[in-house]
Amino acid sequence: MKTYDAIVVGAGHNGLTNAAYLAKSGLDVLCVEKNEYIGGASVSRNLYKDWIYSNCSYVCSLLRPEIYRDLDLARHGLQVTPYGGGTVFMENGDYLGNYPDHEVHYREYARFSKADADAYERYSADTMRQCRFIRDFLLRTPPDPTSFKPKDLKELAHLGARFFEMGEQRMYDTIRFWTMSVAEYLDEYFETDVIKAALSGSGIIGTALGIHSPGTAYVLLHHYMGEVDGNMGAWGYARGGMGAVANSLAGAFQSYGGELRTDAGVEQITVKGGKVTGVALSSGEEIRARIVVSAMDVKRTFLKCMDKNDLDEDFYHRVKHFKIRGSSGKLNIALDGMPTFPALPKDSPLLDGDMHFIDSMERMERAYDDWKAGTWSKDPYVDMVIPTVCDPTMAPPGKHFMSCFVQYCPAQIEGRDWTDEERDQFGQTVIDQISEYSPDFKDLILHVEGRTPKEIDNEAGLTEGNIFHGELTMDQLLFNRPIPGYAQYRGPVGGLYMCGSSTHPGGGVMAAPGCNAAREILADLKRPDITPVNFGDD
Amino acid sequence: MSVQEVEQGRLRSPFYPRQSELDRLNLWHEWKGFSSADGFFDTGLEYFSVRNSTGVFDISPMTKYRITGPDSLDFIDRLVTRDMQKIRPGRVAYAAWCDDQGQVIDDGTIFHLREGEYRLCSQERHMSWFRAAAIGMDVDIADETLDIAALAVQGPTSYSILRQLDIPGLDELKPFGLLHADFEGSELMVSRTGFTGDLGYEIWIETKQAVPLWDALFEAGRLYGIRAIGTAALDLARIEAGFIQAYSDFLPANATVRPGRSRSPLELGLDWLVDFKKPVFNGRRALAKEKRRGSTWRLVKLDIEGNKPAHHSYIYPAPSGQKEVGFITSAAWSPVCKQNIALGSVRTPHGKPGDRLWVEIYYQREMHWSRVMAEATVVEQPFWNPARRRATPPGPY
Amino acid sequence: MAERYDAIVVGAGHNGLVCAALLAKGGKKVLVLEANERVGGAAVTREFADGYSVSSCAHLLYQLQPQVEKDLGLKPALVASGLHTVALAKDGKHVRIVGNEVSGAGQDDADSYRRFHARMCRYADLLKTYVNQTPPRLGRDAPKGDMLTLARLGFDLRRLGRTEMREFLRLIGMNIYDEVVERFGSQLLRGAISLDAVTGTHLGPRSPNTILTYLYRLAGRHAELCQPAGGMGGIAEALAERARSFGAVIRTGMPVRRIVVENGRAAGVECENGDAFSSWLVVSNADPKTTIMKLVGTRHVETGFTHRIHHLRMRGNVAKLHLALDGLPSMSGVDKREYGDRFIIAPDENYVERAFNHAKYGETSASPVFEITFPSFRDTSLAPTGKHVMSAIVQYAPYALREGWSEKSKKAFIDTCMQVMADYLPDLAGRVTATELLTPADIESQFHVTGGHWHHGELALDAFLFTRPVGGAAQYAMPLDGLYLCGAGAHPGGGVSGAAGRNAARQILKREKSV
Repeated sequence: MKTYDAIVVGAGHNGLTNAAYLAKSGLDVLCVEKNEYIGGASVSRNLYKDWIYSNCSYVCSLLRPEIYRDLDLARHGLQVTPYGGGTVFMENGDYLGNYPDHEVHYREYARFSKADADAYERYSADTMRQCRFIRDFLLRTPPDPTSFKPKDLKELAHLGARFFEMGEQRMYDTIRFWTMSVAEYLDEYFETDVIKAALSGSGIIGTALGIHSPGTAYVLLHHYMGEVDGNMGAWGYARGGMGAVANSLAGAFQSYGGELRTDAGVEQITVKGGKVTGVALSSGEEIRARIVVSAMDVKRTFLKCMDKNDLDEDFYHRVKHFKIRGSSGKLNIALDGMPTFPALPKDSPLLDGDMHFIDSMERMERAYDDWKAGTWSKDPYVDMVIPTVCDPTMAPPGKHFMSCFVQYCPAQIEGRDWTDEERDQFGQTVIDQISEYSPDFKDLILHVEGRTPKEIDNEAGLTEGNIFHGELTMDQLLFNRPIPGYAQYRGPVGGLYMCGSSTHPGGGVMAAPGCNAAREILADLKRPDITPVNFGDD
Repeated sequence: MSVQEVEQGRLRSPFYPRQSELDRLNLWHEWKGFSSADGFFDTGLEYFSVRNSTGVFDISPMTKYRITGPDSLDFIDRLVTRDMQKIRPGRVAYAAWCDDQGQVIDDGTIFHLREGEYRLCSQERHMSWFRAAAIGMDVDIADETLDIAALAVQGPTSYSILRQLDIPGLDELKPFGLLHADFEGSELMVSRTGFTGDLGYEIWIETKQAVPLWDALFEAGRLYGIRAIGTAALDLARIEAGFIQAYSDFLPANATVRPGRSRSPLELGLDWLVDFKKPVFNGRRALAKEKRRGSTWRLVKLDIEGNKPAHHSYIYPAPSGQKEVGFITSAAWSPVCKQNIALGSVRTPHGKPGDRLWVEIYYQREMHWSRVMAEATVVEQPFWNPARRRATPPGPY
Repeated sequence: MAERYDAIVVGAGHNGLVCAALLAKGGKKVLVLEANERVGGAAVTREFADGYSVSSCAHLLYQLQPQVEKDLGLKPALVASGLHTVALAKDGKHVRIVGNEVSGAGQDDADSYRRFHARMCRYADLLKTYVNQTPPRLGRDAPKGDMLTLARLGFDLRRLGRTEMREFLRLIGMNIYDEVVERFGSQLLRGAISLDAVTGTHLGPRSPNTILTYLYRLAGRHAELCQPAGGMGGIAEALAERARSFGAVIRTGMPVRRIVVENGRAAGVECENGDAFSSWLVVSNADPKTTIMKLVGTRHVETGFTHRIHHLRMRGNVAKLHLALDGLPSMSGVDKREYGDRFIIAPDENYVERAFNHAKYGETSASPVFEITFPSFRDTSLAPTGKHVMSAIVQYAPYALREGWSEKSKKAFIDTCMQVMADYLPDLAGRVTATELLTPADIESQFHVTGGHWHHGELALDAFLFTRPVGGAAQYAMPLDGLYLCGAGAHPGGGVSGAAGRNAARQILKREKSV
């Protein structure tokens, strides 16, 4: 029976990235995927006639450019096109535009407050400073602060040096930034409610926290630290939907000789004598490997696919209490035409951007209260995009695909599973909210795919439907991610590694965890490090 | 509720109707949301109008704030590094303002229009910072950028031209003085200020009177060589005068992302603007410390051998070209001085007046790139500083 | 010519008194000026109804730092210590907590609590070292000693051992909610711990940072609950006595109008009555906003600093409810002997979180959380014979109430409180002979604390150690020569701990020596 050098479990973007690097290094690698299609949460699905849905992740920014380049993803078919602009529709009929042009943006903010329009520059500079700081650590393995190993000490010293070089006042600012709430952070710059509401969305997307919860300023950063071609904070569409990301990674992986198997769900990661021996598929088939890398989240990996007896009790306990909370759902909609938004002037450039329908901080926070009470937000925060405005491949000409990311949406309703009726009601809540601002929207709907955390959990394999494979709170970041003492991608069993978004630097279609895990695996195998280093920026 | 969408394109200056008639080059760039001309007919010749007759530059896009209220003086005095108590009504002060770390946010001119009433004029926008500076003070800050149109009228014949407009008090108007006059029923403010280092004025009027003022001015200047000039000509003139500019020679401290990229006024040659006798002003504590310990950077004016402008050059302490000590921020061949001049930022202790430094110049001739190490001397005085700039009343020239 | 002192302390709150006492002990000629007629600031006992007295703000002592007692030779008179906490259940099946012991929550929770408490105390002990010293500065300008302090912090962390250090780093930024849900099965126990973590803050148990606030509470004395004789005012009087014994002059009824600034440095103070006092050292026990915005004036400090002070979060949420009772109310499942203990109404962690929800929108909690004591049970000086007072800390009652605090809104909130308490103290309403509700707005106006915030500013990771009250001014010296802060707005924060006052005094004496 064949023994692979490594089996990577899960063909999401991180699993594929990891597999690609291992294969590129010359290892004999098998990547197994439970679904009949690859991609995990970076997936394009044809669920209605000629429409392609990015039915999980829907926009791209965080994908590390170093990996994009290094794995030659462009030649494997990936094309990311930036999009600009955004709108927050207001209850009073007004709107706040987010224009890509700097000066138009200024004028728009100045319509509400000149001080806010001007403060935006300071806000951008201060936030970019934090982005620069964190970006340096995305393609690095977090140091273990309890360790005396030279490597860890060196990394800790590096962290300290990057922090120290900021200068005194900026260091204090940084400490505050990493610990405060997005609402408080924005309060220090802006006075206009709708402007704060517009900017605060990035502080909560994907988390089970409210805008007033300390720690959400960091989450904002998590959505700002990406880029499209050097434009920090810019977001783009992958041509053909987010599946293009996974497909190109799969292309790279296969070009290095890697083997990909779909419809191959892992039932069990097999362990013998404290060392992995391979995986057992749900079909009953057993595949042997010296190394098993799990791209699944830690809960799935250790609670579902491993024998409790193979794990240390404390470790098991920590995994069990790892915070991975469903807080968002999705609505994917096929449209018969472009909906109109009467508040916006005809042909407004804002129609090309994202749209939001919550115009106050109070509404943002109240949306969270619903989640805490165990139900979906009745007035949800919706991040709505129509990628077909600039991607001609995803729907027939004149028709459109609309992606609505919806927050908050709990993994369970008051402690029990979602029913199908509730899922439909959840979808209706979103449709009703959008219809407030687009009278013809409902009539244009051809097909709706409603996805609560339950569907996301079942299909994409994200526990509780948490898009980040675990909350991005301080206790689950950097050397605490996923679990203190296990932040360097090594699992608790010999030969077992983690490369999913549960690991540093966390979720989003970033591919950094997959790449970082590969670096550690190659180091353990005493093979040359072929993973890319940060592009750097002085 | 129907909302008027904000202007999507570049804004046009109130003088645009006349500028467009004069424009032959169709070269415009963006300046704080406005279209501003690089030049109108020939950027080289436009420059000579400033030094030889009169060039008119449109400064309407400058950010202008009206500062009033019982605490306006206290507000401004704490805001900027120089002593504003000394600036009486009818006087103008060039000033810089810093953050608490003593790093320059911007520089600009402050016009004491009337007792307790000021206009602050700068390249960048500062409403957010000024609001913060106004916490706890009874002061009103209004952005009047779009309400006031302004022209810089610069050059040896500028006085002769403005005389044609019958402005009372013009003869006695000293450098950094201002006066109010009537122009067709509107208040015209004339200040003897400018960004060229030459004899010159800036004239300010409410936006709706912009075109009539332009017409009157150009009519008055017909026999005195008046020309509309663009940014290219102005930039050359300001380097000759040794004036620094935001985003060229320094960055606004509150917009810098990387550590160490901002500068203190002491590092920008603005020591003379910092009045430590004032008990409090923004940045005082940090600047006092810097004064004691010494600065990291020094702004230098360089007289460079040869005639190749040292754009974007590194500065070295020795011709070997190892270990740079700074870089050029603005460079030009000065037509009026016949000198190869530059402004640069140099690490101390380098860059004392009289110091010899070397700059690494790359230049291209017919697609061929060459590199020279040119010797540069640190000079103390502005490259161009004619006596007519200061004469009161100015001569007819 | 104004009377001259070596140091003037503005405000005779407990921190001001500690600071004044230590400065006087250090040989300074010290003047303390207090606006109110009595010393103590918010640590005061007042008669709120004929013959009924009560600690107006905090009513139990659990944070007073042993170092403060030692340095001052202070021996606080206590009528009781080691009070139990009784987490009330409607059905009378209460959970009782004292030290590391829990009863009424089952054996699993009792064991789990013992481990939890031991761990929390271990971390609190680590914190205690830093609570009782001036926070280090960061950056190139920091004194050499500060780098050593930082190094020692790293060393202390490592000394916890690998497992505990990891756990500390995981927990320090976390919320109490997840921790109690992970550790305990008893809802009452979860609720009680949640309440302790959020008292005095604008946070709910789900808010990250609430582990820190919980640890802060334990730092010093592991939150052993004590009842001072004569109420909290007794502690203040004892501190004032110590200060006077070292030679400090304390003058009450002397509200300070402004801190005099001459040539860019503090030069003295001017009182509302026109009296002026000179000193090159002015130490403010007032909160940072009051100190800078009101007493000093923003024109005397720089803009960045002003902006930071302006944005300090000072939204008080704690109301104090005082009831004069003609007898002790009945509580099912509570023995008569237990009335001297602390009672909590916080039936579970979600209840506390829901109570917080309202505060975010400027509403009072529909079902508030309570910490109730009957101080007269053990201290008969506080009420006429046979009568009693009830002192309750009630949360959340936001300072910025949307409809504004008025007699009407106060009445409505009192009704809400009585209604909630009726489930646990059914005959309470019939025993009430007088009522006083102190809202954060009242606390602001009567005790001169902006926003009525107990900590003089939110206690959170972004406002702790290096960044309390604001980064660059966390070493008690304000960026105005001669001006210091010694109140709860400075490191480490609020609570009757004396730490801020002691640290400030030590820092002042150290700096004065080096000048």
